[in-house]
Amino acid sequence: MFILIVGAGRVGSSVARSALAAGHTVSVLDEDPLSHERLEVGMDRTWEEAGGRFTVGHGMEVDALTEAGILDADVFIASTDGDNTNLTISQIAQKHYEVEKVIVRVMDPARAAWYSEQGLHTICPTQHAIEMFTSALGEIG
Amino acid sequence: MYVIIAGGGKVGWNLARELIAKGNEVTLIESTRTRYLTIEQELEHAVQYGDATELWVLERAGIARADLAIAVTGDDEDNLLICQMAKEKYLCERIIARVNNPRNRSWFELLGIQPAVSATDLILRLIEHEVPSYGLVHLLDLRDEQLEIIEVEVTSSSPAAGRAVQDMHLPEGALIISLLRDGRGFVPKADTVIQADDEVLLVLDPGLEDAITAQFAPGTLDAA
Repeated sequence: MFILIVGAGRVGSSVARSALAAGHTVSVLDEDPLSHERLEVGMDRTWEEAGGRFTVGHGMEVDALTEAGILDADVFIASTDGDNTNLTISQIAQKHYEVEKVIVRVMDPARAAWYSEQGLHTICPTQHAIEMFTSALGEIG
Repeated sequence: MYVIIAGGGKVGWNLARELIAKGNEVTLIESTRTRYLTIEQELEHAVQYGDATELWVLERAGIARADLAIAVTGDDEDNLLICQMAKEKYLCERIIARVNNPRNRSWFELLGIQPAVSATDLILRLIEHEVPSYGLVHLLDLRDEQLEIIEVEVTSSSPAAGRAVQDMHLPEGALIISLLRDGRGFVPKADTVIQADDEVLLVLDPGLEDAITAQFAPGTLDAA
């Protein structure tokens, strides 16, 4: 599968590495050229040598998205550090570029819940943390 | 009418003031603490502190009974999402979104947010001096008429500085409609010399922004 990831922070870069290791074609788009280094953490060769793609640009710009390969993407993952950016670009990927599978990281549980009702595949780390804490509390008794 | 305004910048604040003066009930939401405190001195209970992209902030402001939601923050993504939530989650029938970067306009339309700019907004932006990095302020799109009105600030290094209006090599479809100098606006004549610190209002056919930028942006004289 061709996976396009926007936002190569800690989450995005880790997902990118795992997906690449799992044999997928992975393209990463990030505004910050330095995030390329983060992609290579723990790897013994460069990101490109490993078969990955990297583009510098903003996820709301048509040129950047095109260069990163959105027209061929099967999966789109929005994992920048901004909820609002993620929600906007994931909807653009879904509605304008008609990417089949769109996954978006949303830190705010309330909005994650609402947007997932609207048909976006949202992942809310905050909600997961809340559930883990709550169940850990239960175990402690 | 009950109006919620997200974003207490110059546009939001002036809009709130204007709407209150006309007898409307207004809540302005501002997320920067110091800015909120400044506005609160004047608007008191009509301003609330918080991030308008958070649902509970919108709910606290009373989005459920709002007749009109206006998103005028400096961030297009925020404006888009605020309007989207107001419209689709809280069923607010009338929404107005500000588009900061004209290139994002198509995304607003795609996601069902029809950006609208009111006449008030046009006047308010005349006194608003925030200039995006490429030096143009998008004032108004006359969509049906296929025209745009933009504002551009002349700096001392602009190719336009010191040049008479008749000597400007403006592309076809662009016209200087007014100059703002020392806070006063006037319609220039052909021999009016454009000076540094002038603000120039132009009306143009869509898509000519880049050609205009070349005329007014600093350091492009030799290239032109």
